[in-house]
Amino acid sequence: MNESPKTSVEMRDVCLAFDEKEVLTGVSLTVPTLSRLVVLGQSGSGKSTLLRLILGLLKPTRGEITFNGLKVTRMGRLRLNRMRRKIGMVYQYSALISSLSVRDNLALPLEELTTKSREEIDHLVDEKLKLVGMADARDKMPAELSGGMRKRIGLARGIIMDPELILYDEPTAGLDPVISAVIDELIISLSEKIGATSIIVTHEMGSAFKVATHMAMLYKGKIIASDSPEAFKASTDPVVAQFIAGDTQGPILNATPS
Amino acid sequence: MFGPWSSVRTSLQHLSSVVWLLVDTMREMVDRVVRGRLPFRLSIFFEQTDRTGVDSVGLVSLVSFFIGLTMALLTGYQLQTFGQEQMVPGLVAISFTRELGPLMTGIMVAARIGAAYTAELGTMVVSEEVEAIEAMGLGPLRFLVGPRILAVFLLLPCLVVVSNFTAMGGAALISRWAFDIPLRRFLDAALESMLIRDIVAGTVKSFLFGLIIGLVACYKGLSVRGGAAGVGAATTSSVVTAITIVIAFDTLSNIVLVALFDT
Repeated sequence: MNESPKTSVEMRDVCLAFDEKEVLTGVSLTVPTLSRLVVLGQSGSGKSTLLRLILGLLKPTRGEITFNGLKVTRMGRLRLNRMRRKIGMVYQYSALISSLSVRDNLALPLEELTTKSREEIDHLVDEKLKLVGMADARDKMPAELSGGMRKRIGLARGIIMDPELILYDEPTAGLDPVISAVIDELIISLSEKIGATSIIVTHEMGSAFKVATHMAMLYKGKIIASDSPEAFKASTDPVVAQFIAGDTQGPILNATPS
Repeated sequence: MFGPWSSVRTSLQHLSSVVWLLVDTMREMVDRVVRGRLPFRLSIFFEQTDRTGVDSVGLVSLVSFFIGLTMALLTGYQLQTFGQEQMVPGLVAISFTRELGPLMTGIMVAARIGAAYTAELGTMVVSEEVEAIEAMGLGPLRFLVGPRILAVFLLLPCLVVVSNFTAMGGAALISRWAFDIPLRRFLDAALESMLIRDIVAGTVKSFLFGLIIGLVACYKGLSVRGGAAGVGAATTSSVVTAITIVIAFDTLSNIVLVALFDT
């Protein structure tokens, strides 16, 4: 097998506009293989859009995106489908298939995309469920689970195919501190156990610094800073510093509460 | 931009999107077959055929029975004035095999199944389930759209057969009671008046209507935007659009048939 390339994902001058509204105005970003990159940014700044662009679910209006050296932006529907098998996506609201049980949700990609036997699939499902601490939920329906539980199942589904890249969309948003910490630890241990690159989109600073090996800040449609977590903590950039400190005074959001 | 041109442009955009939906679905399915896999899950396909076909038999039979009965009764009374009530069996048989069977069944299936498909897919879009399926590389078109379109495409003609038979049943019953036409004579007269051409035209139309309903319903479902209200609006629009297109195609095919065969 070939050695994996040093860069997992690369974005070059990526622009995206919905109708008249420009969401991204030239994003350039390099994600080294096996790193855990946390993308910071305000709500609605286009962080989740970045993940959708990497998956090829959205097409940029300009610029280029590569995954493992392959140009995502030039791929057709069928090639994209094949590429996506190497990427796991963990959704903010889990996006589990509501008509399928937890077991079937996890088994779905294995049944559809591999030639594994039922026993092998069951074994893998149990293994991943155990990994996220949800072995008891195997036969439950998504509607019977709480938000935190659903998120962990979503995480298990994201890694069921042993992806090379895992994308997390706000993995800890809206969860209690304990479950948040559990998920943070899961993100770290998963990336180490299955040897995957991770891109985590969040605006929760605590979990960001806990999981990140690299950080990037998205502001006004551009990546304004991309560095190590330590460098981010010490950043003198007014936007980065304000965001990390959570100050009301600064360049972000002109209108401060009176 | 407003005015007729903008609505023509929007309609053409929708039309091309629907055609691409069909092309992309076929491509995803063919790609699977080429790789030696089934194009979609058989369990999903049979679930859909069950909903579309078996579960619709009751409604289609009931409505067709009463339409057949009413048609025979009303035309019979008029024809009786000229002593021509023996024409009722042929009239009902031809109208249903060629025209009313496919049309009425198409309208009923668009309302019953088209609405269900749109609401179901629309809800899946809103809860990001469709996107998740796409993100996993499963191919949402072959996985979700393929079995649904194929189910309604194959099952609509079967329902049309049910509709034709029950309509004839209704007509035969009322003819026996109101115009003294025995069942045997009704059947003979109906068979004698029917032409292979009428049956073929009806069958071709049934397949076509099935395809239209399936495509419109899935397209509307997949293009839902804006939460629960969006699902509601798309469902209404799906039923209205499918029924309108079915009627428009029916008219068009009648014009073509008359132009070709002069009947």
